[in-house]
Amino acid sequence: MPDNLTPLQPQPAILETHSIAICLGGHPIVEDLSFTLRPGELVALLGPNGAGKSTLIRALAGEIDVPPDRVRFAGRAMRDWRRADIARHRAVMPQKVDLQFPMTTREVIALGRPRESAENRQRIIGELMARLDIARFADRLVPTLSGGEQQRVQLARVLAQIWERPAPHLLLLDECSSALDPAHQQLIFRELKQLAAPGVALLVAVHDLNLASQFADRLMLLQSGRVVAEGTPGEVLVPDTLRDVYGLTCRVEALPEGYPMVIPTPESESRANAPGRLRSMPTG
Amino acid sequence: MHTDSVTRLSPPVGYGGLAIALVVASILSLSSGAYPVAVGQIIDMALRGFSDDTTARFVVLDVRVPRLLLGALTGAVLAVSGALLQGLFRNPLADPGLIGVSSGAALAAVAVIVLGGSGLAGWSQFAGQWALPLAAFAGGTMTTLIAWKIAHQQGQTSVALLLLAGIAINAIAGAGTGLLTYYADDSALRSLTFWSMGSLAHARWADLWVAGPWMVATLLIAPLLARPLDAFLMGEPVAGHLGYSTNWVKRGAVLLAALGVGAAVAVTGLIGFVGLVVPHLLRQLFGAGHRLLLPACALGGSALLVLADCLARVVVAPAELPIGLVMALLGGPFFLFLLMRHRFA
Ligand SMILES: Nc1ncnc2c1ncn2[C@@H]1O[C@H](COP(=O)(O)OP(=O)(O)O)[C@@H](O)[C@H]1O
Ligand SMILES: [Mg+2]
Repeated sequence: MPDNLTPLQPQPAILETHSIAICLGGHPIVEDLSFTLRPGELVALLGPNGAGKSTLIRALAGEIDVPPDRVRFAGRAMRDWRRADIARHRAVMPQKVDLQFPMTTREVIALGRPRESAENRQRIIGELMARLDIARFADRLVPTLSGGEQQRVQLARVLAQIWERPAPHLLLLDECSSALDPAHQQLIFRELKQLAAPGVALLVAVHDLNLASQFADRLMLLQSGRVVAEGTPGEVLVPDTLRDVYGLTCRVEALPEGYPMVIPTPESESRANAPGRLRSMPTG
Repeated sequence: MHTDSVTRLSPPVGYGGLAIALVVASILSLSSGAYPVAVGQIIDMALRGFSDDTTARFVVLDVRVPRLLLGALTGAVLAVSGALLQGLFRNPLADPGLIGVSSGAALAAVAVIVLGGSGLAGWSQFAGQWALPLAAFAGGTMTTLIAWKIAHQQGQTSVALLLLAGIAINAIAGAGTGLLTYYADDSALRSLTFWSMGSLAHARWADLWVAGPWMVATLLIAPLLARPLDAFLMGEPVAGHLGYSTNWVKRGAVLLAALGVGAAVAVTGLIGFVGLVVPHLLRQLFGAGHRLLLPACALGGSALLVLADCLARVVVAPAELPIGLVMALLGGPFFLFLLMRHRFA
């Protein structure tokens, strides 16, 4: 009997948002946003600078208030979760973490796991350091590491928060690979992909379209706080869409590996056209 | 690529060293001064339960012990509060004075010193010998409260605003203090100078009973904030993601620092540098984690202040230097030395 035909138990969505809107400083930043993150999904959040990716992630992370009952986490309204409880299920990597104090890699990762036996904590830290290739810096001061190395340390801290803990898990990662070299980008995303198991969903803001295409199950393309395209990499990474949203001229090739690859092309049609197109586009 | 790892003092060694320093400083503090009492003599007296009625007994039990305890508590509170606020502000250069507690206390104290015979005569008569410390305590905690209120908007307290509000309030309170000194006569000016440079010379048991509980409370409660403050070093949002209630952490740290430092300043005057230098130095030895750092600051701060107090009364005996002056004289160059060593390392 083929395994893939056994009916899956319907699992509740990890995260559901229902028409959320976020204002900052009196300006609407995110408008009328509804989406669902299902267990096992790695969703890439795409969009030009200022599209509202970080704002959305911060709202889902509980930093910015959203109207009650509009966000549900594991079937419960987000606001009904206790702060300390949700931290065992939801881990967040901000776009920027600036540490100026003399803490070592080990000490920083340990922050993700405050209440744990010392033995267990060191084992988890060791495993995460090995997986993210930072074991060499175990006892170095984090502020003296390179940007990409620091990013991996922060990611390890974030993962420590949920490592080996009971599901459900939601990982909100805001540009967690932006400072990494290509090999480490691959390494990190392979690890993230492995995490996306039953009971776990990941929402990852990325700028690298090909990285998103290679690893994400679904892409969500944001522009001016609204979702303008959503679906598989093949559905979202379309030259017309990318030109409208980013003002990027490109062609898209289907790779034999099974995902599309975006290749920017020389701007034969002048880039100055792009903003004009944007403005004339209906934003609804 | 360099691979230099940091090595940290192991807690038993580190705490042991600080404890020995505190014990040595305490013994020095009990025996030295204008009326020297040999260590053996103190032990003798202690073994006999301080039953004999000698000058030495009076000096040790009624002058030096309260002075030692007050100095130790004050040093511990200043250093621990410094560490709390440096963690909260994520700035290794933060000082307990930044939230306005010292400048507010100074303004109130100077007002009592200068206007005690005129404008504030009623208060001085009413509160008697407690007029100054009570006013200083109230002034210190009130200015902190004002800074807090300014920084608290829409249910959120902005740490950056709190820092800026503290700076502005310090400037205003400093101007007020400056204005008052114009009205001061010679004797007021002298006690004002003395107060603003800090002193343990007038420490009595009564001071300890009044100010001690606040300081002890600060020292006992502060460790509860250790874990959340560790998270704060990554920024307030990260502390929130890790499940800590950031509003309570902010409230707690500011309240503890204001009450502890307010009480300390009220009875000892302004003593600078401890709150800045001790956490900074101990962070290099114990690491930035607050669970080790806060107790180390308590030990180190008290050892340093007790030692400085010994110097204050020995150097120009039988007269005394203000302890704040000694701290600045010791702490300033030492801090510079630390900076230079880092610079050229
Ligand atoms: N605190 C704030 N007040 C006002 N506007 C803000 C604030 N934070 C972000 N914005 C605006 O919101 C928009 C989206 O920002 P952000 O979510 O950071 O974009 P990105 O998609 O690049 O992560 C930007 O135009 C930014 O200027
Ligand atoms: Mg962003």
